[in-house]
Amino acid sequence: MESARRFATASAAVGLAGPALAQDSPARYNLQAPVTGIAEQINDMHTLMLVICLVIFIGVFGVMFWAVFHHRKSKGAVAAHFHENTAVEIAWTVIPILILLGMAWPATRTVIEMKDTSNPDLTIKATGYQWKWGYDYLQGEGEGIRFLSSLSTPREQIEGGAPKGEAYLLEVDKPLVVPVGKKVRVLLTANDVIHSWWVPAFGVKQDAIPGFIRDTWFRADKEGIYRGNCAELCGRDHGFMPIEVHVVSAEKYAEWVSAQMQAQNVALAAQ
Amino acid sequence: MAAVTHDQLQGHQPGPTGLMRWLTTTNHKDIGTMYMIFSFIMFLSGGVMALTIRAELFQPGLQVVQPEFFNQLTTMHGLVMVFGAIMPAFVGFANWMIPLMIGASDMAFARMNNWSFWLLPPAAILLIGSFFVPGGATAAGWTLYAPLSVQMGMGMDLAIFAIHIMGISSIMGAINIVVTVLNMRAPGMTLMKMPLFCWTWLITAYLLIAVMPVLAGAVTMILTDRHFGTSFFNAAGGGDPVMYQHIFWFFGHPEVYIMILPAFGIVSQIIPTFARKPLFGYASMVYATASIAILSFAVWAHHMFATGMPAAGQLFFMYATMLIAVPTGVKVFNWVATMWRGSMTFETPMLWATGFIFVFTMGGFTGLICAIAPIDIQVQDTYYVVAHFHYVLVAGSLFALFAGAYYWLPKWTGHMPSEFLGKLHFWCSIVFFNITFFPMHFLGLAGMPRRIPDYALQFADFNALASVGAFGFGLSQLIFLVVVVKCVRGGERAAARSWEGAEGLEWTVPSPAPHHTFEQAPVVK
Ligand code: HEM
Ligand SMILES: [Cu+2]
Ligand SMILES: [Cu+2]
Repeated sequence: MESARRFATASAAVGLAGPALAQDSPARYNLQAPVTGIAEQINDMHTLMLVICLVIFIGVFGVMFWAVFHHRKSKGAVAAHFHENTAVEIAWTVIPILILLGMAWPATRTVIEMKDTSNPDLTIKATGYQWKWGYDYLQGEGEGIRFLSSLSTPREQIEGGAPKGEAYLLEVDKPLVVPVGKKVRVLLTANDVIHSWWVPAFGVKQDAIPGFIRDTWFRADKEGIYRGNCAELCGRDHGFMPIEVHVVSAEKYAEWVSAQMQAQNVALAAQ
Repeated sequence: MAAVTHDQLQGHQPGPTGLMRWLTTTNHKDIGTMYMIFSFIMFLSGGVMALTIRAELFQPGLQVVQPEFFNQLTTMHGLVMVFGAIMPAFVGFANWMIPLMIGASDMAFARMNNWSFWLLPPAAILLIGSFFVPGGATAAGWTLYAPLSVQMGMGMDLAIFAIHIMGISSIMGAINIVVTVLNMRAPGMTLMKMPLFCWTWLITAYLLIAVMPVLAGAVTMILTDRHFGTSFFNAAGGGDPVMYQHIFWFFGHPEVYIMILPAFGIVSQIIPTFARKPLFGYASMVYATASIAILSFAVWAHHMFATGMPAAGQLFFMYATMLIAVPTGVKVFNWVATMWRGSMTFETPMLWATGFIFVFTMGGFTGLICAIAPIDIQVQDTYYVVAHFHYVLVAGSLFALFAGAYYWLPKWTGHMPSEFLGKLHFWCSIVFFNITFFPMHFLGLAGMPRRIPDYALQFADFNALASVGAFGFGLSQLIFLVVVVKCVRGGERAAARSWEGAEGLEWTVPSPAPHHTFEQAPVVK
């Protein structure tokens, strides 16, 4: 019963509070607020699944708890003797199959869209290292920029010597910067073990596999700072290699690119 | 000859006594008991690891353990629970109950049975001892993904040997069960009259025989990659790290059904007893079990949606996984239909079985949600998956094991377990279980990765809640220990048919079941 109540509260929270909360503060109950079309589709699909599952759940356990309360020996219930019913059994095999078909349809469309990495505006290679990310801008505006990106939360905060900042464990020294509204293809690989590049608001999670290249893509529709984590156990500091992406306007992006180019040229000249 | 028979009739065991009796026993009941004691010890060890993990995660920041040791704990918790606690517990049930249920005098290969049990303690010592070798235990996750597992210290080698030994033990146990069930049924006990527990174990045993060698192959390849210069999982040498995952999950997905099908069997014994009504849809239960088992070989890559399979691959594994929900649903519907218009009472075993259906089904639903590839891309490797598999493994397999233990304790000990303590155990467990694991759904959705020792601040509240729940859950399990000890020592005498509505051959022999039963096969009409 306890679980029933929790489940109900929880579903209410997911249904009502979730999206409202997700707008401003970090998500707590539900998927993070989507900023790409794919993430949007995933959110909708998840809500749909949740509702369908909830309805079935209430139906099945409504029946079960009805029986639990009414068909008790202490209430004088006398056991019936039936033990099969072909029609019912066929119905509860076939109806679930139809429901599943309904679920599979939107999912199939999204899978196909997620896999379509063609015609990007920008191509960036992300490399997983133990325990940081490396980014190379391979093609498009900013081609040639490359840098490493590692956790910038100070050690004292982690060990409790200093109060924890707002973006505790989700902040890096050099974030990835991309233009808003542009299709960004991300190529992934790794240097040592498998890592996984995950930005929840983009609906993107792709393993980075040493010795192989995989790809994924996103098109962020909203400027802002988006944060994620490595999502594949990769050793000691797996919990400490976040991903921070700044989605900026086209002008800001151009400025950033030229600043980076200049800095890289200075560094080259100094060598 | 006559003297021996006389001894047995008097309940004396001929042969060695004391420790030697347990070391050399070939009696299925002794061996079953040892399996269960072993698995309970492993359950408590794995539990201590889990509580250490939850203590570290109580608050953001590192307080209790360092990340390296944290990873060792999560890895060993998984390995110990899967291979040490859940699987041996079910084999223990099989040993005790299958011969009693089919009217056989013992398991088919009684000496091999002894050997399959006695392989386990050395394997457990290797596994747990690996904490104390240089570099500590393996920290690559219970899935032991290459190349991370190739980087590990010698704790990894010990884990590999332990897995080999436990695998051999499982295979021998499985062969024993198949042969016993197929050849030693009492006259008249046709396959389709067999209690469902025997059916589910028969099918599980085939799964074990099919996939344990696959796991052995996978870890052996890791071993040779580590020490003998092979490159199965190393791209620089022509290998592929993802191939490891394919092989592992070809074992791993059937493995999750190995841990749940016998649980379905136990629950299918208990519900009819306390509903005083025959199991609804016996035949469809058998077919559903078989289809789950067959489908379980075709869904493994749903654990690998984020590896970057081609769209066709993702779609195939998504559809196949969704299909498994159908036979699983049939089972739940059958249990509910069995309860419908029954004459139910809720003694402790029934309470656990009902709790099982309710909470396990939530795990089934989250499984279905994980099966949708695009959603899984979001929740894979997050706390959502942690919630999912604890709903099916703890609220599923473990709750069913408790249900079965309370159900058959009268037969094992000759005494009725304390109803009060049993119910207390149930209510504490189900409440604390949900306090622990329900918030993990939210954590996962909101973006908390799994296998991390520290987390961002927005996850703090639910983690604190989960940690409190976990300690409550852990402590509640000590109630079970008290119940069992009390039940062994004394209590209300159990009748041969210990529960009013109980049917089946095991209830025709006295309680406690004498050392030797069914030396003369009963006849089933
Ligand atoms: C309706 C039935 C089920 C479906 C559709 C289902 C589906 C899934 C899927 C898609 C995943 C992968 C999630 C991910 O890693 O992102 C998963 C993980 C898992 N499932 Fe299930 N599942 C079902 C029942 C079960 C049962 C009965 C068990 C065991 C008793 C189980 C145990 C697990 C475990 C242990 C994992 C996680 C493995 C890991 O990554 O460490 N599942 N399930
Ligand atoms: Cu990682
Ligand atoms: Cu699976």
